[in-house]
Amino acid sequence: MGQLAVVLGGEPKREACAGDTLIRFKGFGKSFGLGSGALVATRNIDLDVAAGEFVTIVGPSGCGKSTLLNAAAGIFAATAGEVVYRGTAVTGYNRNVGYMTQSDHLLPWRKVAANIALPLEIQGKSKNEINRRVDELIELVGLDRFGGSYISQLSGGMRKRCALARVLAYNPETLLRDEPFSAPDAQLRLSKQLEIRDLCLRLGKTVLFVTHDIDEAIALGDRCVVLSGRPGTVREIITVDLPRDRDLYRLRSDPQYIAATGHLWNLLAPAAGRPGESRP
Amino acid sequence: MKIWLIRLVVVGGLLAVWEIGSGTLFDGYFVSRPSAIVEAFWELLTSGRLFYHAAITITEALAGFVCGGLVGATTGVLLGRNETIGKALDPIILVFYSLPKVALAPLFVIWFGIDIEMKIILTATIVFFLVFLNTYTGVRGVSRELIAIMKLMGASEGHILGKVVLPSVVTWIFTGLKLSVPYALIGAIVGELIAANRGLGYLLSNAAGQFNTAGVFAAIVAIVILTILLNLAVRLFERRVMPWQTEQQTREISI
Repeated sequence: MGQLAVVLGGEPKREACAGDTLIRFKGFGKSFGLGSGALVATRNIDLDVAAGEFVTIVGPSGCGKSTLLNAAAGIFAATAGEVVYRGTAVTGYNRNVGYMTQSDHLLPWRKVAANIALPLEIQGKSKNEINRRVDELIELVGLDRFGGSYISQLSGGMRKRCALARVLAYNPETLLRDEPFSAPDAQLRLSKQLEIRDLCLRLGKTVLFVTHDIDEAIALGDRCVVLSGRPGTVREIITVDLPRDRDLYRLRSDPQYIAATGHLWNLLAPAAGRPGESRP
Repeated sequence: MKIWLIRLVVVGGLLAVWEIGSGTLFDGYFVSRPSAIVEAFWELLTSGRLFYHAAITITEALAGFVCGGLVGATTGVLLGRNETIGKALDPIILVFYSLPKVALAPLFVIWFGIDIEMKIILTATIVFFLVFLNTYTGVRGVSRELIAIMKLMGASEGHILGKVVLPSVVTWIFTGLKLSVPYALIGAIVGELIAANRGLGYLLSNAAGQFNTAGVFAAIVAIVILTILLNLAVRLFERRVMPWQTEQQTREISI
């Protein structure tokens, strides 16, 4: 744990007390295009995310899950309502967040260490400090021995950890994570995701996590936001009543976990199976 | 090994048919024969004429290549990062791109005379468009998501340009440069064919003017060798500038 304090580096940013509302979507709506041809991605989203909370977002394809992350990052403006971050409306790029998109966007011409150093270079840190921080981060995400490898030489899981280290390097208080659809090895993936969840919690990060995977949505989230089909609205918010410390093997037999995943499965099933019946 | 054997047989066979058939199957006056071409090439080589003329062609091609490449890459980056101007100039540039640049040669003779400058400018014009369009496409292809991620990290336009756009565009610039090598030679040689008293193009047209077929072929051989050498040079340079590309290739193989 001592090591974590070092990685966080210097004095913490305006630390929010756990439980305070950090991100608030107020009647948030977003449509693309104008007039009758406009595509309404989401509408009427009301959601409060507390500091230190791990919130997962699920819903059918095209329901605007990623739209919520983009809005929280301030990449585009809301067309209805607003997104409030720590009491201030998000208007431009929100520097308090780190965004991990579906594609990791690591730079192929840089080695692992240099990729992780990118945000530190942008901050204008000294060479020595960059080297020190990068070494710590590499160890933190378990990429020791790979600092000198090019990205093309890494496996998918290692790339993800490298992207995580890069985003942790500038120590944003909130992580936005958009997970790509499906992985060949679901068990391994879930156990790795639990490791990352554990790391994020230890570092005190607030996490908004978009996923397509029902198990992931329950196993990782403190709360799980279920969106309806397009235009996306909040259909239900499931409070996941599981201990903060989660273990893959114990989860499998936990009645709470089984009930919650079963419930979520039922919520998503009609929309996935019979697209005609998805709610207006 | 087997592949090399096949190549050897094909090339050797062709040369043998040429050598034996010349004078019997076809008129030796028009096709010459490999032995006569080697002889003519040797004469060019030993008399030093080859080096003199090749040096001039190389100077023209290289100068045009470097000027056109630099201006093309710079313009590509600037227009690629500036959406409004890029969009405005897009169609105009495309019109010029579709024009066969060699057609400009006579105009350049009027403007710049028949000296070495005219060949350099012609070559540079051809290389410019190839490198510019590739660079421009590359800059436009830089992921907006990646740029957004960097802005969240606090990156300025300078950071984005220096740390992402330029490195990711290097591949595209090299694609443009590699494409340009033969065209740079075309520019230089066409320039020389039209009006010159020096260079490989002149050597070629001079030999043709004297109905010296072996001399024409010898000049062509020299041009081919030059192309191969230039291609090799670009490839070596590329490997030095972009080591991650080679790593990628070796990984593909090791799977």
